Amino acid sequence: MITASHAEHASGHYLSHDWTLRGWLLTVDHKRIAWLYAASITGFFFLGGLAALLIRLELITAPGDLLSSETYNKMFSLHGIVMVWFFLIPSIPATLGNFLMPMMVGAKDMAFPKLNLLSWYIYTVGGIFTLAAVIAGGVDTGWTFYTPFSSLFSNSAVIAAATGVFVVGFSSILTGLNFIVTTHTMRAPGLTWKRLPLFVWANYATGLIMVLATPVLTVTLLLLGLERGLGIGIFDPALGGDPLLFQHLFWFYSHPAVYIMILPAMGVVSEIIACFSRNPVFGYKGMVISIAAIALFGFVVWGHHMFVSGQSLYAGILFSFFTFLVAVPSAVKTLNWTATLFRGHIWFSAPMIYALSFLGLFTIGGLTGVFLAALALDVHLHDTYFVTAHFHYIMVGGAVTAYLGGLHFWWPKMTGRMYSELWSKVAALALFIGFNLTFYPQFLLGYSGMPRRYHDYPEAFEFLHILSSLGSGVLAIGYLLPLVYLGWSLWRGPRAPANPWDAYGLEWLADSPPIKHNFTETPKVTGGPYVYD
Amino acid sequence: MSEQAIVDPDIGYQLIPTEASDYATQVDHLYYGLLGLSALLIAILVGLIAVFGFRYHRSRTGARRPRIAGKAGHRIEIGFAAMLALFFMGLFYWGSHLYMDVYGDEPSDITINVIGKQWMWKVQHPDGTREINTLHVPVGESVTLRLTSQDVIHSFSIPALRLKRDAVPGFYTTARFTASQTGEFRLFCAEYCGNDHSRMRGRVVVMSRADYEDWLTRHGEGPSPAVAGKQLFQSHGCTGCHQDSAGAPAPALDGLYGRTVPLEGGDTIVADEAYIRDSILQPQKHVVAGFQPIMPSFSGQISESEIFQMIAYIKSLQPGDWHQDDASGATQ
Ligand code: HEM
Ligand SMILES: [Cu+2]
Repeated sequence: MITASHAEHASGHYLSHDWTLRGWLLTVDHKRIAWLYAASITGFFFLGGLAALLIRLELITAPGDLLSSETYNKMFSLHGIVMVWFFLIPSIPATLGNFLMPMMVGAKDMAFPKLNLLSWYIYTVGGIFTLAAVIAGGVDTGWTFYTPFSSLFSNSAVIAAATGVFVVGFSSILTGLNFIVTTHTMRAPGLTWKRLPLFVWANYATGLIMVLATPVLTVTLLLLGLERGLGIGIFDPALGGDPLLFQHLFWFYSHPAVYIMILPAMGVVSEIIACFSRNPVFGYKGMVISIAAIALFGFVVWGHHMFVSGQSLYAGILFSFFTFLVAVPSAVKTLNWTATLFRGHIWFSAPMIYALSFLGLFTIGGLTGVFLAALALDVHLHDTYFVTAHFHYIMVGGAVTAYLGGLHFWWPKMTGRMYSELWSKVAALALFIGFNLTFYPQFLLGYSGMPRRYHDYPEAFEFLHILSSLGSGVLAIGYLLPLVYLGWSLWRGPRAPANPWDAYGLEWLADSPPIKHNFTETPKVTGGPYVYD
Repeated sequence: MSEQAIVDPDIGYQLIPTEASDYATQVDHLYYGLLGLSALLIAILVGLIAVFGFRYHRSRTGARRPRIAGKAGHRIEIGFAAMLALFFMGLFYWGSHLYMDVYGDEPSDITINVIGKQWMWKVQHPDGTREINTLHVPVGESVTLRLTSQDVIHSFSIPALRLKRDAVPGFYTTARFTASQTGEFRLFCAEYCGNDHSRMRGRVVVMSRADYEDWLTRHGEGPSPAVAGKQLFQSHGCTGCHQDSAGAPAPALDGLYGRTVPLEGGDTIVADEAYIRDSILQPQKHVVAGFQPIMPSFSGQISESEIFQMIAYIKSLQPGDWHQDDASGATQ
């Protein structure tokens, strides 16, 4: 299996050695960069959350009374832009991935530590542009920036917001590049591809998507800027352009982007479920093949966002076909996680509760995706609350829940402290209950016809909107609690041992928290992952 | 503008909206099928998690028993994937089949033009009657909606018919339905289109044929689109090039609709609505073989609803119509 020596070391751990502003802002240590990212995305998460709160408050009553329609539209646009590009895309890869990818392959750092730091600075610059857009009065195009509304009609800060997203794309590309090269070149002796933890596989595949898809977004936003600024006419029908071209380009990136959000989450959940059922992940090979299949097929389903847009009938049919196909590997993964529990030694720790919540919520999200893949049903459901519920089940119920699960799982490793068992379980349960209360009613709203992005709606839909807003209160508690008890643990939590969960994986051989270069001696790997017995 | 009153039809909350067409019923069947499949899969998942979580809880397990062997595991995975794929192909076929019903291009009894604009729906009936944010249609007859937009993308959505179609500036899209039930139903704009997106809603009123005709005569005003189109054709001076009998610098348009037109450069194109529209707004896009690219663009001078009228006029022209006009010494 795995061997490494726990030699004594004098230098102290990565957090203790240079606690100055310079020591943080100029660090090239992947573990510190992970924290820089963690702090930034947490800030953006609560900013996006604030916008969501205002949206839910407005929707408690049918008439548009609390906010003006302009403000409401700016709120959902801000919410979407911040949550997608400044929280979800970087979330697991840039924090847990940054921290763990080198450790899991037994390396001292990423392949390109300076690029890693640069990617955080680029992220920050992008963030500043986005905040500038908010200060300049906000943007009202929705996160999707559809033309010709965004190019010719919106009077809001479209260029500033699009520049923010344009810039942040480069940080994603650099992170992806680092993952790919690190996985290829930095693996410890004996760590063959077939022995890699699924978390590494998932982030490796994510890196590929980041590098291949993000440039398309970059170009699309550039074209949007040129169209809005100079009127080049590529999307403007009056000049012979095609507004649907924008949607094709946008979704060519943004569909794979949803896999940037979910694949790392799948990686996290695989590690947690294996550990807390003390079983190897069922069907390791099947899991790897599914990751690859999802990453690959993710590139040929973008047109399923355009079933009612006027793309050709046959394009619709082809995209529907591929969308059904992409659901199969996701389903196989769900089967395998469940089968991993079989004849295990199950421990319902907080990370495990998060992981099992993920399993349930992701399944509902995936199955409702199948509803939307069925063409005639999508015609009815497209741009209704059903779609809103679907992608929140995946991106929030799935990806965010897994992120929190991973944060709890590796917290002792990252900080050297244990957190409160009781409070962490309370928070995990509040999240599960609050989430379902918020988003389940939205499926019902959607089927009964309630459109998305409505500030003012027929009174008949009021009751379900009230339920949803109540749920979002509970959900907010689920997100705020960890801030409190995890924060508390930093000062008062008991010291964590190197391997508090008795887990497998090279990262657990290092100290908690690890020393600056992770391992005193490069570990040697002699067997596969998840050797639980 | 934002204070324009909304006329929501008087319908309470419906978990399943009224099925106002046979098609709506068929879509609901697909929905129930998927709900059934999902309920089954989720019940199995939750059941297994509960059973395993209880049975194999760490407080309850003794000595380890062997796990599923690799080979058996593969068989389970492959069997499960194959079974799901099979189900999915069935659903794929089912969904696609219905999709062709609404978006296919078989002809309908009535074609109604719909133009989206920030923030209202403008509707033109075949006889020239117009209305805003309301759509009156007769029951039991197939209706094709021909949609476009004057500004941004909108989406014409009628939940009771399980129907939705984007209205895209610069393009025509269509959707088809046959209402099977009279009554008032909700109409929404489903594609976000700016400030008053959520106020861009109204009613669809399905009526008996007699009531529909009655409604048309009470609200009908002005000439039919083809007649209005003919007037526009003259007032914009199109006749000058297209219709002056001998040596006209532009092709004659009678009998044009549906014909295959040879283009400069060797290509051909079918003269459909989009082609006619392009020819008016972007005349250089397709130049007819044997003619000079001298036609000016009328972009900005003619509104979307006027273009619909022009198209209606050109469509109404039968081959030889213009010759007869000339022969009988009628106008122009
Ligand atoms: C099981 C696999 C999945 C299937 C079959 C599926 C299917 C679909 C379909 C057909 C749509 C288009 C709905 C419409 O706009 O009318 C859609 C929308 C969406 N899906 Fe999924 N999906 C799946 C997984 C995911 C995942 C993994 C994510 C994200 C992590 C995701 C996020 C989204 C988002 C964000 C939208 C809506 C985008 C928008 O219009 O703003 N989906 N999905
Ligand atoms: Cu609209």
